[in-house]
Amino acid sequence: MAAGVAAWLPFARAAAIGWMPVANCPMPLAPADKNKRQDELIVLNVSGRRFQTWRTTLERYPDTLLGSTEKEFFFNEDTKEYFFDRDPEVFRCVLNFYRTGKLHYPRYECISAYDDELAFYGILPEIIGDCCYEEYKDRKRENAERLMDDNDSENNQESMPSLSFRQTMWRAFENPHTSTLALVFYYVTGFFIAVSVITNVVETVPCGTVPGSKELPCGERYSVAFFCLDTACVMIFTVEYLLRLFAAPSRYRFIRSVMSIIDVVAIMPYYIGLVMTNNEDVSGAFVTLRVFRVFRIFKFSRHSQGLRILGYTLKSCASELGFLLFSLTMAIIIFATVMFYAEKGSSASKFTSIPASFWYTIVTMTTLGYGDMVPKTIAGKIFGSICSLSGVLVIALPVPVIVSNFSRIYHQNQRADKRRAQKKARLARIRVAKTGSSNAYLHSKRNGLLNEALELTGTSEEEHLGKTASLIESQHHHLLHCLEKTTNHEFIDEQMFEQNCMESSMQNYPSTRSPSLSSHSGLTTTCCSRRSKKTTHLPNSNLPATRLRSMQELSTIHIQGSEQPSLTTSRSSLNLKADDGLRPNCRTSQITTAIISIPTPPALTPEGESRPPPASPGPNTNIPSVASNVVKVSAL
Amino acid sequence: MSSCSRRCKLGFVKFAQTIFKLITGTLSKDKIEDELEMTMVCHRPEGLEQLEAQTNFTKRELQVLYRGFKNECPSGVVNEETFKQIYAQFFPHGDASTYAHYLFNAFDTTQTGSVKFEDFVTALSILLRGTVHEKLRWTFNLYDINKDGYINKEEMMDIVKAIYDMMGKYTYPVLKEDTPRQHVDVFFQKMDKNKDGIVTLDEFLESCQEDDNIMRSLQLFQNVI
Repeated sequence: MAAGVAAWLPFARAAAIGWMPVANCPMPLAPADKNKRQDELIVLNVSGRRFQTWRTTLERYPDTLLGSTEKEFFFNEDTKEYFFDRDPEVFRCVLNFYRTGKLHYPRYECISAYDDELAFYGILPEIIGDCCYEEYKDRKRENAERLMDDNDSENNQESMPSLSFRQTMWRAFENPHTSTLALVFYYVTGFFIAVSVITNVVETVPCGTVPGSKELPCGERYSVAFFCLDTACVMIFTVEYLLRLFAAPSRYRFIRSVMSIIDVVAIMPYYIGLVMTNNEDVSGAFVTLRVFRVFRIFKFSRHSQGLRILGYTLKSCASELGFLLFSLTMAIIIFATVMFYAEKGSSASKFTSIPASFWYTIVTMTTLGYGDMVPKTIAGKIFGSICSLSGVLVIALPVPVIVSNFSRIYHQNQRADKRRAQKKARLARIRVAKTGSSNAYLHSKRNGLLNEALELTGTSEEEHLGKTASLIESQHHHLLHCLEKTTNHEFIDEQMFEQNCMESSMQNYPSTRSPSLSSHSGLTTTCCSRRSKKTTHLPNSNLPATRLRSMQELSTIHIQGSEQPSLTTSRSSLNLKADDGLRPNCRTSQITTAIISIPTPPALTPEGESRPPPASPGPNTNIPSVASNVVKVSAL
Repeated sequence: MSSCSRRCKLGFVKFAQTIFKLITGTLSKDKIEDELEMTMVCHRPEGLEQLEAQTNFTKRELQVLYRGFKNECPSGVVNEETFKQIYAQFFPHGDASTYAHYLFNAFDTTQTGSVKFEDFVTALSILLRGTVHEKLRWTFNLYDINKDGYINKEEMMDIVKAIYDMMGKYTYPVLKEDTPRQHVDVFFQKMDKNKDGIVTLDEFLESCQEDDNIMRSLQLFQNVI
C-alpha cells in the first residue's frame, strides 16, 4: 500500500458507518489491536549518523529489512538503537522511500554501490520513481555492458587445460597472439594478401614496349611470372580457408559469415579461370570475374582492427545510411525533373532527358561540380544554385550521426583494450596480495615456532619475535595449522619447495648436478619417491639447505613433542632414530608418534647447528635471509 | 521440408522489412532489451526469538552471525558460488572448491541449492555448541556424499582428496600421488569394524568415541564466537 494511503485508513473505516443501515448480514468483528502501544520514535544509527522516524513509517513496507523483524538483528541493546554499518548517504534515499513512497536515484552515486545498498535493505529497484528510472536504467545498462566486455575478454583468455586439436587451431586463428605458430601464420597470410593486391595493380601498368608491337601492360609481358604469383597466393588462401573450415566449431555458421564469403569470392575467379577455356564469348565474363580479385583486400580486415571497426560502424549505422540514400534519391529526382524542364527551352542543351539530368544533380548536390553539364537559362541557373545549397544540407545531416557512432565504437574498443591491459596488472597485484597472505602465515608460523622454541627451552625472555598478530589473524593461522595437522604435511613457500626437490634430485643423480633441474611436477614424484633410499653423504654445498630443512623438521618435532610429557625424550629419540626411512604417517588422529628422519649425519645435533654462524638458522636470526643465503649456495 | 520453407519465408519477410526500413529511412530505435530482472530472491529469516529458541546461541551471537552473513549475501541466501568464493579466501595456498562443495551440500540440508540463514545457524549450532554425538553425526553426514547412510571408500577418497587439494602444491614433505589413498586406508582400517567395506553411522560413532584424540579435538572450537 502506498505511503500516504495508510494514513487515510481510519477515515475509510469510519466512513464505513455509512453502509451499516443497508447491510444484509451482521458485520465481522474488528481486529483487536493486541499491542496497543503508542507510536514510538525509532533511532536508526547508520555509521554514526542518526536518523529518527516513527515505527509505523517503517512498517509501511513489511517486506523490506527495515519494515520486518529482520531489523531486530541489528538492534543494539546497550544504546537502544538500530545500528547499521552502511553508507549514510544512500540510507537517506532509502529512508525517504519509506516516508514518501518514492525511491529516487541520486546521480552522483555509483550504480553498483547503490544496487548493493538496495539489495541489503531488501528493496527492489523497480520501485524507483519515473523521475529517476531512466537514468538508473541507462547507468545500469552501461555497467552491464562493461562487465560483459570484461567477461568476454576473460573467457577468451582463460587457458583451458585440455583443448582438442581442432579447438586449439580455432583459437590460434581467432587470436594470433596465443602462440608463435599462430603469429607466423597471421603474418604470412597478411604478406600474401599484400602481394596479391599489388600484383593485381601492377599487372595493368604499361611496362615498356616489346620491339615490333604496341605498349603492353606488365601482365601480358610477364604473364608467366604473374600467373605463378597468382597461383601461389590462391594456394595459400585456399589452404587457409580449408583449415579455417576444418577448425570452425560450427561449420554452417562459419560458411555464412562475412569473412568466409569474402574468402570464397577472392579465390573463386582463379578456379573458374582454370576451368574455362579461352573462349571468346566467355572471356568477357571472365574479365569481369577478375574484378572480384580485388576483394582480396578485404581479407585485411582480419588483420586490422580499424577496418573491422569501420565495418561494424557502417553496419550499425545502416539505418542512417539508408536514410541518407533515400533523401538524396528524393532530392535528385526532384531537382533533375526541375532542371530538365527548365533547360528544355535552351538550344544545344545537354539536359536531354530526366535520367541524363540525374548526373548533373548528383554532381551538384555533392558539390563536385565537374562542369560537363551546366545550365544556360536563367531559370536553370536559379534552380541549379538552389540544388547545390540543398545538397550541402542533405548530406551534412546524417554524417555526424555516423561519425559519432564510429567515435563511440572506437573509444569503446580503446577502453576495452586499456581495461584488458590494466586487468593484467590488477590481477598481478591481487596475486601478490594473496601470496602475501599465505606468506604471512608461513612467516608467523616460523615466528610462532621460534616463540615456542624459546618457551620450551625455558628461557624467560619477554620479547616475542614480531608483533602479536591480531585475533583474526591468529585464528586464521590456527585454522591453517589444523589443516596441516589433518594432512600431516606442512605449508612451505615456493623457494624452499624447489630447493627441496632440487637437492633431493641432486642427491639421487650426483652425476648430473645441473642447476637447471627445476621442480617440474614429474620431478617431484621422482624426488619424493626416492627419498627413502638416500644413503649418500651430503656434499658440503647442500649442508645449509638441509640444515634449514632439518630445522623445520626439528621444529615440527617440537610441536609434536610439546604434547609429550618430557621434551628431552623427543630430542634423544631424534638422535637415535636418525637413520630411519621416511615413514609417511597417515593417521590423523594420532599426533604424537610422528617420526621424521633427519637426512643429515647424526653428528649434526641441534646444538651443533648453532656453531657455524653465517648459515645457522639460530633462534634469533632472520629466516628469510638464511633462505636467500641458501639459495645462493645451491645455485652453484 | 516444411520447416525449411517456413524458415525461407521468415527470412524473406525479414529481408523485405529491412529493405523497407532502409528505404523509408526509419531510424532504428534502441533495442528495448527485455531485461529479465533477476527476481531477487530475498529471504528474511525467522524472528530473533525463534532462532534463539531453536539454536544454542544467545541473541547477541545471533546478531553477530547475521551481520556477517548479510554482508556477504544481501539477498539472504548463499548459493554455492558465493560459498566457494568465501571459503577459498581462507585457504589461499590450494584449491578449496571441492571441499567447499561438499561442505555446502552438508549445510544445505533440504538440497535446494541455497543455504538460508536458518540452515547456516542450525549447522553452526550443532558444530559449535552441540553434543559430541550431534557433532559426530554431522561429520558423518558430511562424509556421506550421496546421503545414503553409509560411507564407502570412494566417498572417503573424494573427501580426503578434497582436503589435500586445499594444501596446494608447496608442501613439506612433498605430496605424493597415493598419500590420500594411504590416508583413507588407515581410516577405513580403524573405522570399519566388521570389514565390510562401508562405514555405518554406528561404526563411525563407536570408533570415534574410542579415540581420545578425536574426542579432544572435537572440543577445539568451543569459543569461536
